Amino acid sequence: MTVNAKDKAKMVVVEGSFATAHAVKTARPQVISAYPITPQTHIVEDLSQMIADAEIPNCEYINVEAEFSAISALIGASAAGARTYSATTSQGLYLMHEALFNAAGMRLPIVMTVVNRAVSAPINIWNDQQDSISQRDAGWIQIYAEDTQEAADLVLQAYKIAEDKEIMLPVMVCMDGFLLSHVYDPVVLMDQAEADRYLPPFKPENYLDPKNPKSFGTFADPASYTEFRYDIERAMKKALVKIEEASKEFGDITGRYHGGLVEGYCLDDAEVVIVSMGSVLGSIKEVVDEYRARGEKIGVLKVRSFRPFPGEAVAKALSGAKAVAVVDKSISLGRYEGILFTEIKASLYNTDVKVPITGYIVGLGGRDIRAEHIKEIIEETKAVRDSGKITVESRINEIREELL
Amino acid sequence: MKITYGAVCAPGTAMENKTGGWRTFMPVFDYSKCIRCGICETVCPDMSIKEDKSTANEKGKCLYKANYDYCKGCGICANECPKDVITMTLEEK
Repeated sequence: MTVNAKDKAKMVVVEGSFATAHAVKTARPQVISAYPITPQTHIVEDLSQMIADAEIPNCEYINVEAEFSAISALIGASAAGARTYSATTSQGLYLMHEALFNAAGMRLPIVMTVVNRAVSAPINIWNDQQDSISQRDAGWIQIYAEDTQEAADLVLQAYKIAEDKEIMLPVMVCMDGFLLSHVYDPVVLMDQAEADRYLPPFKPENYLDPKNPKSFGTFADPASYTEFRYDIERAMKKALVKIEEASKEFGDITGRYHGGLVEGYCLDDAEVVIVSMGSVLGSIKEVVDEYRARGEKIGVLKVRSFRPFPGEAVAKALSGAKAVAVVDKSISLGRYEGILFTEIKASLYNTDVKVPITGYIVGLGGRDIRAEHIKEIIEETKAVRDSGKITVESRINEIREELL
Repeated sequence: MKITYGAVCAPGTAMENKTGGWRTFMPVFDYSKCIRCGICETVCPDMSIKEDKSTANEKGKCLYKANYDYCKGCGICANECPKDVITMTLEEK
């Protein structure tokens, strides 16, 4: 992220969840549904306080009995023309699973923060990205934040993208649980005037109105169902452009630019590239700085948009690399690959970019990802660069054999 | 037909989906036994049986006809008819 001097003076130290809740407030939501679940709870608690303090005008805050209701309430509200928000995580997101597809199919621009957490069983409340990444085919746009500032700023960008007439799809803003949601960081809280300048009021073409009745999400037989699915795919493709535009325009207005679909770090001449999503990128960049100080050509590729997946941008960004490692906080069981790893490989197949790629599954259930782990990954990837040979294609970076 | 995003449409437009093609057995009426009670119309789950006003007798009671554009051949009318007016017949297409 680039921070200008003006912003440095405005920075305050707040919890990541508060920065996000505050950004939601500036988006002027009209319906918020809330069900607490760790580590997402602080966001809806903060919003609840803002509602109690009358800081969010013209907004209905609904305490629901479970996450299926949380998303269902937003589907109804969004169809009625309201700007809607909720936040959830892990099991809560899984409970929403069925309705997630409805929200996308009905083309409702709901924005939801997913505070990434591992999934049961065994129960674990710590961070990995298995929850949102397993919803990848639901038709929701998914953008992953690297830091607390980006997680908050993405809320505004998410509405901008979601409510675009050519897109009309729900958006998940994904932020790592605890690592971003519970950390106190210096951030610039979203300025209301800037938010208003950036985000116009939500005016959908179709909305539920007793005076002009319409049905949403109606029946489609085999003769037309395919076209509905294809239409979502077309919107996803357009979103590739809109996500970049939304980020640029946000940068122009606020001075804070977090990157487009993907964002390179020390990438231009990099021979070894580490690809990842989310907060672990911060640690990776720290380690890469050490390598760069010694003159080693190591770079980082941050993937911001996971759905739509920017295959072309990835291929372009990796075109100069000699070896690539993908660092995932998820695992596709039965494939033994992190899901980003699988997607990155697929993006390069059938292209001119021929580069060996290995995958590392790290940080499951909140296990620490230390600098020494990242160094191991870089060293092994350097060996792949030098030999041109992959010995192990995909692995979990650290397995405690003594427990097995 | 043009699809709208989100499958949004005005009420009553499901009429455009002629679902009668789903039918295997079609209800065939033998009006010589019909007492014009209207039970078939009441029990039809798809509102596919309606009065035929042109058949009104002196008391205003009508015969009933199936709309084969929407009748899916469930057979509830034949099962409920007290006079066995309706026979479900295999439909050759």
